Amino acid sequence: MLNAVNDVSFTVSAGEILGLVGESGSGKTVTGFSIMGLVDPPGRIAGGRILFKGRDLVGLPENEMRRLRGARIAMIFQDPMMTLNPVLRIETQMVEAVRAHADVSADEALARARNALGRVGIPSPDERLKAYPHQFSGGMRQRVAIATALINKPDLIIADEPTTALDVTIQGQILFEVQKLCCETGTALIWITHDLSVVASLADRVCVMYAGKIVEEGSVDAILDRPAHPYTHGLIGSVPSRNHKGTPLAQIPGVMPSMLDLPGGCSFRPRCARADRACETPPGVDEIGDGRRVRCVHPLVGAPA
Amino acid sequence: MTVFIVRRLIQSAIVLFAMSLIVFIGVYAIGNPVEIFLSGDADQAERERVIATLGLDRPLWEQYWLFIEGAARGDLGNSFVHNRPALQLIIERMPATMELALAAMALAIVFGIPLGMYAGFRPHSALGRGIMAGSILGFSLPTFWVGLMLIMIFAVELGWLPSTGRGQTANVFGIATSLATRDGLVHVLLPAFNLALFKLSLVIRLARAGVRENMLMDYVKFARAKGLSMRRVVFVHVLKNILIPIVTVLGLELGSVIAFSVVTETIFAWPGMGKLIIDSINHLDRPVIVAYLLVTVTLFIVINLVVDVLYSVLDPRVRLADVKG
Amino acid sequence: MATALDDRPAPATPVAVQSPFRRFVVDFVASPLAVFGFAVFMLIVFVAIAAPLISPQNPYDLMQLDILDGRVAPGGKSSAGYTFFLGSDSQGRDMLSGIFYGLRISLGVGVMSAIVAVFIGMSAGLTAAYFGGRIDALIMRIVDIQLSFPAILVALILLAVLGQGTGKIIVALVAVQWAYYARTVRGTALVERRKEYIEAASCLALGHARIVFRHLLPNCLPPLIVVGTVQVAHAIALEATLSFLGIGLPITEPSLGLLIANGFEYILSGKYWISFFPGLALLLTIVSINLVGDQLRDVLNPRLQR
Repeated sequence: MLNAVNDVSFTVSAGEILGLVGESGSGKTVTGFSIMGLVDPPGRIAGGRILFKGRDLVGLPENEMRRLRGARIAMIFQDPMMTLNPVLRIETQMVEAVRAHADVSADEALARARNALGRVGIPSPDERLKAYPHQFSGGMRQRVAIATALINKPDLIIADEPTTALDVTIQGQILFEVQKLCCETGTALIWITHDLSVVASLADRVCVMYAGKIVEEGSVDAILDRPAHPYTHGLIGSVPSRNHKGTPLAQIPGVMPSMLDLPGGCSFRPRCARADRACETPPGVDEIGDGRRVRCVHPLVGAPA
Repeated sequence: MTVFIVRRLIQSAIVLFAMSLIVFIGVYAIGNPVEIFLSGDADQAERERVIATLGLDRPLWEQYWLFIEGAARGDLGNSFVHNRPALQLIIERMPATMELALAAMALAIVFGIPLGMYAGFRPHSALGRGIMAGSILGFSLPTFWVGLMLIMIFAVELGWLPSTGRGQTANVFGIATSLATRDGLVHVLLPAFNLALFKLSLVIRLARAGVRENMLMDYVKFARAKGLSMRRVVFVHVLKNILIPIVTVLGLELGSVIAFSVVTETIFAWPGMGKLIIDSINHLDRPVIVAYLLVTVTLFIVINLVVDVLYSVLDPRVRLADVKG
Repeated sequence: MATALDDRPAPATPVAVQSPFRRFVVDFVASPLAVFGFAVFMLIVFVAIAAPLISPQNPYDLMQLDILDGRVAPGGKSSAGYTFFLGSDSQGRDMLSGIFYGLRISLGVGVMSAIVAVFIGMSAGLTAAYFGGRIDALIMRIVDIQLSFPAILVALILLAVLGQGTGKIIVALVAVQWAYYARTVRGTALVERRKEYIEAASCLALGHARIVFRHLLPNCLPPLIVVGTVQVAHAIALEATLSFLGIGLPITEPSLGLLIANGFEYILSGKYWISFFPGLALLLTIVSINLVGDQLRDVLNPRLQR
């Protein structure tokens, strides 16, 4: 058995934007799918709790989970070219999202779809509703996906790298709009990304994941200014815009270990400059003030008690 | 769209021309046309009359023109056996073959898609494996032998279904069809199943592969993330995606079903075009053979054309590409 | 744990000097089903070749037949005390012997037509791929048009035009198959042609024929073998179908299809064995070839190897 994600714990409050940051393969996406209850077999949630408004989603009957999905918890995927069904009209795909949860007339559902498309900044929504996905550009498709996620006014949206596949200019627009929409509706947002600069401009709080575990958590300002975990420090150092011109870009040596072959103790140990004998036992989570938590024996700030 | 259809029409015309040339060369140049259009017991006067009508004393291209002219007028000579215009005979038999082919197609779709989808969702279950084994067998079984076995089991041993003939027919839109009466339906069941067997295996394979491929797609996960029931994801999202290749392939296979009905019609004594052609070949009734070949080839070209157009209507991606191109 | 700087000598792994053929055999036997299919097919081939030696009776020696032994059920005895294991037909002919001889004819016609079709299709495909341009366009257009019509229709057209006979049915079977070989060979040859070894051969100013047959052809063989097995099965099935319809082989060449046709009229009176057992033999032949073909496709698939 392989633990893709292990010992992950975080909270999001209404209206809050949480950035979930990590390299590819660190378990971000699996975390997102676990919350949605959409882990593909033979994968499964082996244990733990996912509390949504005080209700445990783990072990919830499929039918009740289905009623939450898309209604209270929505998800936006990474590749907008693949997420919309190529042979169904946008209209069909949005209306079914409404009618899966609310017993409303087709006209009412259509009105909501039109409204949702308007909110994500798609011009002439009536015309667009009749179109098929391939008639849209990547950015427009992602807006449709976001509109579909927003259509039932969910309490939580999980966005899995929704801007990675898009042009930089489109990325900026979409980030701005999503932030605005969450602000307006009080929707909580979990933004999964590998891009720290996105998190910096968007999130309230950040969780940094490494090898299936959260290694650091705290407010976005605190973490970006004073990272406590050496891995976070390395990540920040490797963002080009944060470095001065002319200085060589810092990078984290080595690659993330395979989940099949994790080193004992702290998983970051082989790549860490501060590692010593003490790191050979798995580090616990320490509170270091300001609501910050870090999983490290030798944190860069706030030495453990 | 119009451009597309016009382009396909021109292509079809070229193929039709090529086929008429082949049939012409086959019948007129390789064989002896006098022998072909005369029965063995014709006398000298009739022989000369035929040579004159066919214009055998003229150059070859002129003969071809006469042949085409005759074909265009619907005059392909009289059947020796039935002593009636050959073309008329074929046209009369066509509804029986068509209804058999359509019934076979319907059986292949109605049973093939659910079975194939099940095998796609549960590839490792006993039933899923059984379905696949069955489809492999369906590809290997010789159609005519299966037909005999069906007669032996269902008509002779069990006595449930009639083994031969078309049964009672009723007129629907002026065409006599046995699909409209109970007796007719009972008669069509065995031959249609026999004819469907091969296509059934094909549909099962296509549906299974389609399901397996599509279930891994992101759009399925996104649809589930919207909170759709599994039923809607499978029967709307996935089904519509797998239907496109299945309909295309089956449409193209309609022609081959009509061709293969030759076998089924002979076994079940089904009075269609296929039985007519075999009887005609055995009786050396050559005008009917020529008429059958031309009609079937035309039918094929029309089917291929219709399928292409239908495909572009079904798949929005193709439709758009054509508007741009 | 071994590290990259480990300076101990590497453990001497037995360097498997495997010829391509050996590797092919090893890959092939990995599927028990395919081995079973191969064994059955070999048995069928043996029976077909040795039919006159192992048949209990020469089914076409009228001196040995007694019309009074007609339509004996399987296991029944003839008037001479001989047991008909699979029954007898209306002429009092032993079905088992009939099937052995039938296999001989069916396999013979199928394999013969395949050999001729391979030769024609291969030549056409290689010509198209090697010369390209208009020759390629012409050959492939003919192939496309022919393949858009079902095999049985093409065979029907030819038999209707040519008339009947053993030679003519082989012509029809060849005509049905050659296009598949042509398309397959052209496809692989086009890929191979762009490779450097062909360029090198051209640079050495080798003749067209030498390049095509000594260099290009051997590399086109694996897909040809795969298509060939499937096509032999198709050819056998098609010949049986045509013979069953009475437009295939003449009654002097009683293939499996004709045996089945002979039993057709007795099916209705419950005398199943005259049609059933030849059909079973036909099915076994086709299934065994297909099993072998499936495994060959997996083993020889160039996309999996490279």
